Amino acid sequence: MTKEELKIKITEIHPEAIIDESGEWLNVSVEAAAFRSFAEQVRMDELDLDYVFCLTCVDWKTHLTMVYHLSSTTHRHNIVIKVKLDRNKPEIETICDIWRTAELHEREVFEMYGVVFLHHPDLRLLILPDDFVGYPMRKDFEDPINMIKL
Amino acid sequence: MFEEIGTTEEGDLIINVGPQHPATHGVLHLVLTLNGEIIKKVEPHLGYIHRSIEKMCESLSYRQFIYVTSRMDYLSAHINNHACALIVEKGLNVEVPQRAQYIRVIMDELTRIASHELWWSAMSMDLGAFTPYFLAFREREKINEIMEETCGARLTMNYMVPGGVMTELHPDFQEKVKSFIVDFKKTLHEYDELITGNVIFQNRMKGVGYISKEDVITYGCTGPVARASGLRSDIRKIAPYDVYDKVEFDEIIETGGDCFARYQVRIKEMSQSIRIIEQLIDNIPEGDFQAKTKAVLKLPKGEFYQRVETARGELGVYIVSEGAAQPYKIKFRSPGFSNLSALDHMVRGHKIGDFIAAMGTLDLVIPDIDR
Repeated sequence: MTKEELKIKITEIHPEAIIDESGEWLNVSVEAAAFRSFAEQVRMDELDLDYVFCLTCVDWKTHLTMVYHLSSTTHRHNIVIKVKLDRNKPEIETICDIWRTAELHEREVFEMYGVVFLHHPDLRLLILPDDFVGYPMRKDFEDPINMIKL
Repeated sequence: MFEEIGTTEEGDLIINVGPQHPATHGVLHLVLTLNGEIIKKVEPHLGYIHRSIEKMCESLSYRQFIYVTSRMDYLSAHINNHACALIVEKGLNVEVPQRAQYIRVIMDELTRIASHELWWSAMSMDLGAFTPYFLAFREREKINEIMEETCGARLTMNYMVPGGVMTELHPDFQEKVKSFIVDFKKTLHEYDELITGNVIFQNRMKGVGYISKEDVITYGCTGPVARASGLRSDIRKIAPYDVYDKVEFDEIIETGGDCFARYQVRIKEMSQSIRIIEQLIDNIPEGDFQAKTKAVLKLPKGEFYQRVETARGELGVYIVSEGAAQPYKIKFRSPGFSNLSALDHMVRGHKIGDFIAAMGTLDLVIPDIDR
């Protein structure tokens, strides 16, 4: 599907979605409450976005943004879904039952950014030691002993 | 984590594989739940070699951050550098000279061969065959020498930079690559004669660690793992970069989905890499090896994404730029991380010996998973 066709289809599924066409791929911003049902719908039907090739979070100091890069292995079109989250209480529904690859990626985002994935089957620290305190990838994280910044 | 060793209420045995274990090829720690000899669950514990490369990159300039990426998947160092160079060029709209593009693709393919050779030797050793190790390392050494002459390094090359490549090729480069190709074509079928047809080897590989095409997609597996289950996933074909759209090569697809299919994909990929190099090596155009770029690179405000095909699968680099000389946020989508997530699915219900075979054919590089 071309960008235009994707845009029409996405507006059909979720009219409130804010679509940005400036990037390489279509950027779709949805609110956290509607994210789960939106994700379920783009996995199905004509869009058939069956492959999450990147899942990460960006700390904007005022808020967090979850960024999902989705692709279709049959139609070869890609979209980017963005969900804005409250920095003090970041919570979002998990997608790891729709795309299994998200399970480990969400665990990584959970420990690095502190985003809580609701209904995730096994949300524990993956990379960090069990007793670690803090969210290392957040912009305000400082560790005077093990310096990461130069 | 080590206190987890013991038995569960149902009487299943919990054991640790790694972090120091010969079959994990690095510091990977897997906790296995076993019922007798049957695997019920595999749980990865990561982070033993986590260096927080993504955080580090946030304070490095667009010229500096490339050096760190050689340390991720150290067997595909060139290809990691290539991805980073490409994303900066994409952001700055830099036209890369043809000569540099040719050199980069040749280097990428040499890296792929070297990486697959190391995989072949290490995987065979996991399964108890010792000779392949020496055989493949002999050939790999030749590639390392070629790299060393031009790049000055044998493992962490840092040869590709935004705008092209770091330095001119060594005068002997073409000649040595050509003589390597001649030698390698002879040895490649030695590999087959030694291992591929071996009955013991086939019994340990066929039907083991099966993963279907649907599961490959949902687990986000890429590279030879995906192609062995029949998924077309080669970024060199889907979204060609540099001169990959000008060369002819086949995307190797197998439909077996088991360890043996993954084995065959990699073996056949080596001859495709040779095919690519043969098409380019005599035709490297004259000209500059690097485009002129500013001393301080600043990517415009926005988001950039670049995908490349490393020896292990799809490497993605995601950069969020605020217009500064350093990236605001960087994410490396490493192929190993996603491939590892499918391991549990692959080996459930298999015996512990098959687990070693499945892990061998995943070709995991731990610094790539941990980053």
